[in-house]
Amino acid sequence: MTASAVFPQPAIAAWPTPLSQTRSIARLHNVTKKYGPVTALENFSMELHAGEVVALLGPNGAGKTTAVRLLLGLISPHAGSVRVLGRDPRDSDARTRIGAMLQVSRVPEMLRVREHIDLFRSYYPQPLPTAEVIRAAKLDGFENQMFGKLSGGQKQRALFALALCGNPDLIFLDEPTVGMDIESRRALWDQIRALSAAGKTVLLTTHYLEEADMLANRIVVINKGKVVCEGTPAEIKHRVSGRRIRCITQLDLDFLRTLPSVSDVQQDREAVVVFAEHPESVVRAMLQRDESLHSLEISAAALEDAFLALTTDPAQA
Amino acid sequence: MAAIALAPQNLGIGYYARLFAKETKYEFVRMLRTRAFSLSVIGFPLMFFLLFGISNRHNGYGQYLIPGYSCMGVVSACLFGIGMGIALERAQGWLDLKQASPMPRIAYLGAKIISCASFGVVIVAALVVLGVTLGGAHVTLLQAAELAGVILAGSVPFTAMALLIALLVPANSGPGIINLVYLPMSFASGFWMPISILPHFLQKLAPALPTYHLAQLALGIFGEAQPGSNIVTHWEALTGFTLLMLGAAWMIFTRSEAKA
Repeated sequence: MTASAVFPQPAIAAWPTPLSQTRSIARLHNVTKKYGPVTALENFSMELHAGEVVALLGPNGAGKTTAVRLLLGLISPHAGSVRVLGRDPRDSDARTRIGAMLQVSRVPEMLRVREHIDLFRSYYPQPLPTAEVIRAAKLDGFENQMFGKLSGGQKQRALFALALCGNPDLIFLDEPTVGMDIESRRALWDQIRALSAAGKTVLLTTHYLEEADMLANRIVVINKGKVVCEGTPAEIKHRVSGRRIRCITQLDLDFLRTLPSVSDVQQDREAVVVFAEHPESVVRAMLQRDESLHSLEISAAALEDAFLALTTDPAQA
Repeated sequence: MAAIALAPQNLGIGYYARLFAKETKYEFVRMLRTRAFSLSVIGFPLMFFLLFGISNRHNGYGQYLIPGYSCMGVVSACLFGIGMGIALERAQGWLDLKQASPMPRIAYLGAKIISCASFGVVIVAALVVLGVTLGGAHVTLLQAAELAGVILAGSVPFTAMALLIALLVPANSGPGIINLVYLPMSFASGFWMPISILPHFLQKLAPALPTYHLAQLALGIFGEAQPGSNIVTHWEALTGFTLLMLGAAWMIFTRSEAKA
């Protein structure tokens, strides 16, 4: 991902492989999905390109899981289209190339980890070898445990293992690190990076900006069923943390760019818009140098509120 | 923008056979290891037989209870194993994970039917052994085989019924509702005692119950069927019941899928 992301141009980050930019592997197009009176997704479009890791970031109830369930063909949209690998997601040919980790409250507990893996491997025509699945999910030493005896983090890893069984090209991870301690979370991040390095396409949902930042090439922020914004982690972070200062000033744009914590400066008709991490010090410096400065407004960057909801404790979100 | 399209794959018979075998094997192993299920489904008929069959070994009632309790075993295996099993797996999100995999639905259901039918056959075998050794019963090999056949076939209509229950009943109220259906049906259909000793109105009601027809088929092998019982009618009744249950389940499932 590029460190010098240019705001606010809705750029697409440079992937490691240029080819992948042009290859769409899954797509939601103008999808609307309602549950009774509640609209989970409204006119929602999203595309996954081969080889990228995309994070769907949003608070609880934003529609993340609905998007994943649509792509898995578990539910059908009221309007719009869903295509996965050029197919209807219910098509079993498409499903042989897909792996999924869903939010499962309980798994059949009286089967051993190894048996669950053996079972899921049989669902796929070209499965990964059992030993490789166990190694990739860091389940060494737990193979013969009953599923019911695993800890929360181990269960998540076992569910991750099931998602890998078919050696899929496209992997959906719905809130993969929920209920994990920091150590297991970091371990799972490593495993997701390893998938990415192996050329797999990954869609993960999360309500942690940090997690999306660590893993994704591209972040799609959604709230209340709509895309709030989309971009590389660097671009998203710029949007999250900054304040927007708008004023009419005679100061040179290039000078403003040199002020501390300024991330971007734009001309907006007669006014100047400055994005800065610490607006107080920027404004102080501007007022000292330009007595004619007027029409000053300082506001949260438009996304701030959305991100506050995203980055605060998920229990409150 | 070029989309990646998938060439159609030809998944061979070997793939499906292996998938079906594994699904069935692990479903059976899982049910067997779930002691609350396996001990009660196999345990109750055997325990009741030890209580009532052995004490009645001289008056022929012990013989009656072999087919009667076999029916009870397979019906409870299906209703609790499949009805509760699917309802729970649906509620916990496990069914979603299975549905998202390329495993065909028929394998999921087939594995459950075969597992429950296997429980039924285990119960038949155990009851026959108990009956012959302790219950004063005379069972020929042919009778035992016929009984096993009826019990195997009987797992189909009650799987269909269990499927409908799984779709209608929330998982946490499942056991109560299943008992509410299963216990009166078992009683009124002659699983435990000949219906000729039941109140008259229950005798009139019995032919409306699918369990009655299964019981008559099983009892008929031992010459214990009701007078005037007709084998063909019983098979027809069970077939009709299966179709009715499957049709209702299918309707509810497609409706919920459209809503989902």
